[in-house]
Amino acid sequence: MPFKIVTKKELVPTIHLMEISAPRIAKKAQPGQFVILRIDETGERIPLTVADFDRRKGTITMIFQAVGKTTTQLSSLKAGGELLDFIGPLGNPAHIENLGTVILVGGGVGVAPVFPQARAFKESGNKVISIIGSRSANLLLWEDRMRKVSDELYITTDDGTKGHHGFVTDIVKKLLENGTKVERVVAIGPPVMMRAVAGVTRPFNVKTIVSLNSIMVDGTGMCGACRVLVGNETKFACVDGPEFDAHLVDFTLLMNRLAMYQPEEKLAFEKYKCEREGCTC
Amino acid sequence: MGSSKLERQKMPEQEPKIRRTNFNEVALGFTAEQATEEAKRCLQCKKPKCMEGCPVEVKIPSFLKYVAEGDFESAIKEIKADNALPAVCGRVCPQETQCEQACILGKKGASVSIGRLERFVADYERKKGVEIPSVPKPSGKKVAVVGSGPAGLTAAADLAKMGHSVTIFEALHEAGGVLTYGIPEFRLPKDIVNAEVEYVKKLGVTILLDSVIGKIDTVDGLLDEFDAVFLGTGAGLPVFLDIDGENLNGVYSANEFLTRVNLMKSYKFPEYDTPIKKGKHVVVVGGGNVAMDSARCALRLGAEEVTVVYRRGEEEMPARAEEIEHAKEEGIKFRLLTNPVRIIGDGKNWVTHIECINMYLCEPDESGRCKPMPLAGSEHKIEADVVIIAIGTSPNPLVPRTTQGLEITKHGTVIAEENGATTKQGVYAGGDAVTGSATVISAMGAGKKAARAIDEGIRAK
Ligand SMILES: Cc1cc2nc3c(=O)[nH]c(=O)nc-3n(C[C@H](O)[C@H](O)[C@H](O)COP(=O)(O)OP(=O)(O)OC[C@H]3O[C@@H](n4cnc5c(N)ncnc54)[C@H](O)[C@@H]3O)c2cc1C
Ligand SMILES: Cc1cc2nc3c(=O)[nH]c(=O)nc-3n(C[C@H](O)[C@H](O)[C@H](O)COP(=O)(O)OP(=O)(O)OC[C@H]3O[C@@H](n4cnc5c(N)ncnc54)[C@H](O)[C@@H]3O)c2cc1C
Ligand code: SF4
Ligand code: SF4
Ligand code: FES
Repeated sequence: MPFKIVTKKELVPTIHLMEISAPRIAKKAQPGQFVILRIDETGERIPLTVADFDRRKGTITMIFQAVGKTTTQLSSLKAGGELLDFIGPLGNPAHIENLGTVILVGGGVGVAPVFPQARAFKESGNKVISIIGSRSANLLLWEDRMRKVSDELYITTDDGTKGHHGFVTDIVKKLLENGTKVERVVAIGPPVMMRAVAGVTRPFNVKTIVSLNSIMVDGTGMCGACRVLVGNETKFACVDGPEFDAHLVDFTLLMNRLAMYQPEEKLAFEKYKCEREGCTC
Repeated sequence: MGSSKLERQKMPEQEPKIRRTNFNEVALGFTAEQATEEAKRCLQCKKPKCMEGCPVEVKIPSFLKYVAEGDFESAIKEIKADNALPAVCGRVCPQETQCEQACILGKKGASVSIGRLERFVADYERKKGVEIPSVPKPSGKKVAVVGSGPAGLTAAADLAKMGHSVTIFEALHEAGGVLTYGIPEFRLPKDIVNAEVEYVKKLGVTILLDSVIGKIDTVDGLLDEFDAVFLGTGAGLPVFLDIDGENLNGVYSANEFLTRVNLMKSYKFPEYDTPIKKGKHVVVVGGGNVAMDSARCALRLGAEEVTVVYRRGEEEMPARAEEIEHAKEEGIKFRLLTNPVRIIGDGKNWVTHIECINMYLCEPDESGRCKPMPLAGSEHKIEADVVIIAIGTSPNPLVPRTTQGLEITKHGTVIAEENGATTKQGVYAGGDAVTGSATVISAMGAGKKAARAIDEGIRAK
């Protein structure tokens, strides 16, 4: 039962948007949840966050960065094409409620999963302060969309080509130090960024939620590949998460486990590039 | 090729030296001549004990009679009246504790090789092309089946044969449950599982893959659309040891290891994209079929040394005798009466050793088995770059958590009556989801009983 690709475009270099026709999933998807997809018979199952959904059209939108074999192959597909498998919505929905003021932090491709949450927090009556960051101005994602659903929007770039020259954590820190009353921080991005945000908010005792991107296979709690340590307890990110209290997460373990297959990933990527470019190695 | 009444025909197998390097099937199956000779050994008992040993009551003497006469087509029809998956059961049923244990011939010499003959006729039929029985006229009733393991497939096939419209919802991208993601190719080739699944589809059953119930829909949601729901969700939640070091890189649950190897075909990496850590020194913890399968997969991936660590003795190992024998022949090492106490890493989160302690058995516990006790001071380390934890599984809580009024035991198993009826009106359950990890054939037996109860229930509505 293949799934049709409705839209596919490159938003900024290496970061792509893909909209899939999956009416049964679109009917149920909530912010904070993810899907698992498999491109073809020999493909791997990879998780991607639901960046948007359209219940009427019956579509799910993902934003992904081409980092290795599967995401690069995915980025080469075009509208009208198909994915062999598309499973979801998986994981628990984000806890959206009217809390007061919420800071939403998105780093790199993490801006995409932050967007539906920002929208939902806004719709439930919160004051939404968003901070989005990237390495450089040309890699910044969805500034316009984020602006629409935020009361305040801050931009940071590592190289200073746009907004604040520095990291998203600089802004979080400044806001908290200035006495902004914040009930919740949600941070989604690379594990180093999420760990840094947790470090900044901990002394201020602001509840901070992160979305963990551990390696997954089935996404239903059957394999344990995705296990993470939260408050010294082993949890399965796919069914107990993907969102957890950042102050309790063992980020070092997460990062170590994410590196488990680096040699194999490199081999698979090299092989894919070779085949695609038709070299004879 | 004569055969005495006391001796069984030998089944040809791949040589251990060769098969430990490939994923092809170990046992090669009887020839037609061997099959008829073997079937002739059956005494055609008036009160066949063998049938009492089979949870689905395959009419063993009558199918054996057909095999002895060389009428394989009638033989397979006779089996299929009671068992929708004979090619699977013939391969993986623990016959030595079921039908063959009960066979009267076993009392004096060797029982009839019932399983191997079942396998032979099923393979014979598959090669010739499978005949689809005609289904009765539609009842107008709809049944949803959750899970496509042996319990779900059997319930679905039987319900379809009763004229109901059946839809299976399966979480994974392939049907078959443990037959697909757990039991390896060399023990149960996947094209055989696929053929059995195709047979169920040809009976008119719709299979919706990639559909996790509890997420894409709930059981309560299904009840709006279907007249009854059967839960065959299995016992797929991995149990860990709860010791230090279990989250180190290189430490797998057997479920993850086997899913990568079998479902994702990582033994063909990089032709298939899913990676697996091959390991030089692999330690598998556990003594069941799952442990044997993990160990034998690790060996075939190229490990230099594979060691099974089990806390009781060989007598107590729950794995099938044949699997333990095969594993030994292939060079798997066994450290019995040994239990892990912690897993040790290299400081960079990679496993290097597993520390174990010797055990001794004292008085039997409530389950009648001897309770293993640690022998103080006997701690020792075993080198390992891959550790596979195969100490059991429990049912996945996803469905119970999302279903109103479905009660479970403290072990997480769904509470169900003998006929499969649960505490929730219109919802039935069977297989590992109800019993905890058991066998293929008991799951099929449960699917069968539930199909009968569902049929009665929905016709009465
Ligand atoms: C719940 C969840 C949501 C995610 N959402 C997004 C998203 O919205 N956008 C996005 O760009 N990325 C997302 N990711 C990460 C994405 O799944 C990985 O980038 C992708 O799997 C990489 O595959 P690859 O073959 O291209 O690269 P590889 O070279 O195979 O891997 C690159 C890195 O990705 C990680 N990775 C590899 N395989 C997996 C796997 N099966 N599961 C998880 N991580 C893996 C590893 O850390 C690896 O080092 C998410 C991950 C999780 C767990
Ligand atoms: C490695 C291994 C080796 C084994 N070897 C043998 C053997 O040699 N002989 C023997 O007799 N038995 C053996 N067993 C045991 C046997 O396989 C099981 O007892 C049997 O498969 C149970 O069948 P089932 O239909 O109840 O569940 P399963 O086979 O577990 O199937 C359950 C199915 O339900 C699906 N599912 C679960 N939750 C959901 C959901 N929420 N929504 C949709 N789908 C869902 C799962 O993905 C799965 O496909 C072995 C088991 C393992 C793991
Ligand atoms: S189904 Fe299993 S137990 Fe029954 S006769 Fe066949 S092999 Fe024996
Ligand atoms: S008990 Fe053994 S000998 Fe008797 S009918 Fe069954 S298979 Fe034949
Ligand atoms: S991905 Fe398998 S249990 Fe979470």
